[in-house]
Amino acid sequence: MDILTLFVIIPVLTIVALVFTKGLKQARLVSMVGSIIQLGMAINLVFAYFKERAINKEIMVFTKDYVWFEQFNIHYTIGVDGISVALLLLTAIIVLAGVFISWKIADLPKEFFISLLVLASGVYGFFISLDLFTMFVFYEIAVIPMYLLIGIWGSGPKEYSAMKLTLMLMGASAVLLVGVLGIYFNSNADGGTLTFNILEIAQVNIPFEAQKLFFPLTFVGFAVLGALFPFHTWSPDGHASAPTAVSMLHAGVLMKLGGYGIFRIAMFLLPAGAMHWSWFFIILAAIGVVYGAFGAIRQTDLKYINAYASVSHLGLVLFALLTLNKIAWNGAILQSLSHGLLTALFFALIGMIYGRTHTRDISKLGGMMKILPFIGAIYVITGLAYLGLPGFSGFVAEMNIFVGAFQNPDKFQRILTVLVVSSIVITAVYILRLVGKIMMGPLVTNDCENLPKATWYEKTGILLLLIPIIGMGVAPLWLSDMLLESIQPFIQGVL
Amino acid sequence: MDFTYVILIPLIPLAAFLLLGIFNQKIKPAVSGYIGVAGLSTSAALSFYTAYQYFFEVGKVDGVYQTFVEKTTWINFTDTLAIDMGILIDPISVMMLIVVSIISLMVHIYSRGYMKGDDGYTRFFAFLGLFSFSMFGLVLATNLFQIYIFWELVGVSSFLLIGYYYTKPSAVSAAKKAFIVTRFADLGFLIGILIISYYTGTFDFETLNNPEGSAILSWASTSFMGLSVITWALILIFIGGAGKSAMFPLHIWLPDAMEGPTPVSALIHAATMVVAGVYLVARLFPMYYFVEDGFALNIVAYVGAFSSLFAAIIAITQTDIKRVLAFSTMSQLGYMMLALGVSGYDGHEGVGYMASMFHLFTHAMFKALLFLGAGSVIHAVHSNYLKDMGGLRKYMPITNITFLIAALAISGVFPLSGFWSKDEILVAAFEHNKLIYGVGIFVAGLTAFYMFRLYFGIFWGKDTQYKHAPHESHISMTFPLMVLALISIFGGFIPFSELITADRVGFEAHINIPLAIVATVVGLTGIGLAYVFYKKENDLADRFSNAFGVFYKWTFNKFYFDEIYLFVTKNIIFNRIATPIAWFDKKFVDGTMEGIGNKTVVISKKIKGIQSGKVQDYAFGFIAGVVVLALVFIYLWTN
Repeated sequence: MDILTLFVIIPVLTIVALVFTKGLKQARLVSMVGSIIQLGMAINLVFAYFKERAINKEIMVFTKDYVWFEQFNIHYTIGVDGISVALLLLTAIIVLAGVFISWKIADLPKEFFISLLVLASGVYGFFISLDLFTMFVFYEIAVIPMYLLIGIWGSGPKEYSAMKLTLMLMGASAVLLVGVLGIYFNSNADGGTLTFNILEIAQVNIPFEAQKLFFPLTFVGFAVLGALFPFHTWSPDGHASAPTAVSMLHAGVLMKLGGYGIFRIAMFLLPAGAMHWSWFFIILAAIGVVYGAFGAIRQTDLKYINAYASVSHLGLVLFALLTLNKIAWNGAILQSLSHGLLTALFFALIGMIYGRTHTRDISKLGGMMKILPFIGAIYVITGLAYLGLPGFSGFVAEMNIFVGAFQNPDKFQRILTVLVVSSIVITAVYILRLVGKIMMGPLVTNDCENLPKATWYEKTGILLLLIPIIGMGVAPLWLSDMLLESIQPFIQGVL
Repeated sequence: MDFTYVILIPLIPLAAFLLLGIFNQKIKPAVSGYIGVAGLSTSAALSFYTAYQYFFEVGKVDGVYQTFVEKTTWINFTDTLAIDMGILIDPISVMMLIVVSIISLMVHIYSRGYMKGDDGYTRFFAFLGLFSFSMFGLVLATNLFQIYIFWELVGVSSFLLIGYYYTKPSAVSAAKKAFIVTRFADLGFLIGILIISYYTGTFDFETLNNPEGSAILSWASTSFMGLSVITWALILIFIGGAGKSAMFPLHIWLPDAMEGPTPVSALIHAATMVVAGVYLVARLFPMYYFVEDGFALNIVAYVGAFSSLFAAIIAITQTDIKRVLAFSTMSQLGYMMLALGVSGYDGHEGVGYMASMFHLFTHAMFKALLFLGAGSVIHAVHSNYLKDMGGLRKYMPITNITFLIAALAISGVFPLSGFWSKDEILVAAFEHNKLIYGVGIFVAGLTAFYMFRLYFGIFWGKDTQYKHAPHESHISMTFPLMVLALISIFGGFIPFSELITADRVGFEAHINIPLAIVATVVGLTGIGLAYVFYKKENDLADRFSNAFGVFYKWTFNKFYFDEIYLFVTKNIIFNRIATPIAWFDKKFVDGTMEGIGNKTVVISKKIKGIQSGKVQDYAFGFIAGVVVLALVFIYLWTN
């Protein structure tokens, strides 16, 4: 079995094993073992990738190709570059942390972990695929379990939120499918055969008219998942209702599929379309950055704050991609990784606070640092990392984006860049308001003086996420160079 | 010469921070104090060794002090543009190493007594370690981006330490305010860096500051709204510096920052972090001086002069002793800025630059001393307010004497350190800009006045009856006072003009006798007035403040700048922007999506009747369909 397909096989095997488990203890043990194996494989893949990269200068390495549907020329084609390797590692970390955070899940544990792993396998498959059709299939596999996970294990108006999230994402998928088919039916423009293979299509000169038509469809199809303004409203409701581990996976990994898809498909295959449309979408992305941050100031529910903060931070990813600049693209990938870890950590902490106090309303929380020193300290650290403090991953990503975006002397883009840069102040406002309110200050209620301290599995989950955040922030060179090298072939089309 | 060991100076406090931070709960308070002090002592010893090596072993090569750089790439942007991390050894960074390590060490020692018995003792020393690390890193930065990184880190250490008593709402809001206001200023700094990165293609100080280098010569190439882009960048960078150094109108966070424990105020908000803005301008001084005939530098001069005057006036009316000192700090920082602003570059022309650095050094010593002395007083009487003090000279002899020395030094009395540095600043101002000189000399008088108002108010004046008789502080607290007092006395004899100048060549400084006499007379007048008003309890001061009426009220309320800040954050950002956006999001953006959903439901309800289950309906539909299709085919076929 090749090193990449294992990423899909292992979750499937874990799911099979889960079917035979009884009760919570067995289910979580099996899921933990499965996720640890995944993380081990992901780490191993990084080393293998560096080794392979030294001798193999192709765009993608570890490529494999199996025919799936001969009739439509659909293949199961896989391969990775530095970007997908990094995202696979991110996914493995968050899945394992999610298992730890769900250690005490009460209802239907077996089914919960199965759904979680179905989602994970979809994500893994998406990141290794090089065939548009296979990619689309994996994309749907990742999105659909969301409905069950929120609808069954969620809280609050869960049916409404699950329905809203699924319908909006399905709507986007429909648009995306049109875009994908549009690319497919133009893939013989140079006289070859129709193909779904990304690397082959990239060699084809798709006519400008077609690019102009299909770029917005593909872009919007993916961007809805990346919370593009004004298609972001599924995210606050969805996240607020979702159980902790699902919020972590969804905001941490699933929303990254949007940016990745734009990068890998929309911009790589339709570069002329991208250049034609970027001025328009970059306005939406810039609005999203500032709008999300202001939106977060006014919210009172911890999860809503985080959801709006995600709109702002992922807006930065879209903004960076649309600047069509290499440094900014590097920043976009770094921001995807950084935001994935940070937001997962935030959701995990919110879950822990909610699990103890049974409220997410910030007006009912205060002075938690005194009673929960570990969680409080980590919460403050996460908050500071979130507002882009040097020494954490967010800073590295943001600086790449800002420097990159500023390298274009176009006045219009400069103004947008300054607008986007100003979000660092707004972010500071809502993060400090949050930290100052719930962690610092006097205790609001006295009935929560004896809350249980953080348990070992909670600490493990937290550290799993925090260590890479600090690692990326302190020593970003190896990662950033790996990504820069992989971006090179992709940026060429739009230069 | 190999200066790689200098990297240890920041890394040792970092190690102390990590140790104390991670094992917070497990370390005994007594041990954590020792860890902090031991770490800083090592760093201080290394700093002194560095200074010795730099100034005396290496000395001048061909009459010029050299720059030593050790660096490694931290992140690559392009083949030519990268952020490096490293250390840069030159006269001002070495001087700052000395300043930071002396003050930080003294504050560490002092805190062992001052913070004794506090719940968060270990946490306190951990944060001090974090701050020292960041400040050393800032001082040693080799490029703009590195300085920005450590700039943010000192900002966050300041945030954590101001909010040290985190259960106190006033401390929390002061911490937030400090962070947000400086962050706003940093926005300017960051955009300035972005502009520099694009137009000069480098972040390195060495390349940027080279007077013959492309960075400085390229200023004329592109202009924006009548000024060159490089000037814009320098102004924006100065906004960042003004935020950290509490220049008007970004000063509003500094008085509130006094909510932090007093040793923190001494370390961060008097001696080290707040001079970062001055240091930044000094660091980029050749750029400020050479680009567009020093346009940006003029702004520095006027902002500095105005802040210095503005703060000195407010300081006269404040009743919280730490706030008096805070406004005094702001005023003295303005002094340093104006000295840089009026400075030239070569030889004696560069006296302003030298004086600014000189004053930075002496001010750090006596202002830290004042704060630590105030801390000793507050520790004894458990109050920050002048009304609760008086006659303390009898109870606290060491604090009294050392405080007096510091007050004399800041007032510029011969031969204490403040006299020498302030004199050089006034000389520089006199030679370049008479208006600024006028402001400077007036502020010198005000400084002497408010400082002795404070001194007499605390140690003389009315004989307050204390519930518990105050007593002199523990030796761990008085020892730093004595050390700093010694430096405040003799610090003025350091030959700064030989060591630290803009062109690194050095010149021979002469004392300008007439100017020195004027300054001394003004200073003594201030002290004399304070003596008349405050030495003995009397109502002269009240009669004066009543006579000034409205003006007094405005000054006492700091000209209502805090209200402006509140107005901007609460009324504008929160109520006028964030709330409408949240409403818009719910109502329109989400509303549209909901609308689409609801419409779908409505339509489906309307058309679901078609699925009636009656065979005759389906038969009708089927036949109707066949007829329509047939008509379409016939139509197409006939055409």
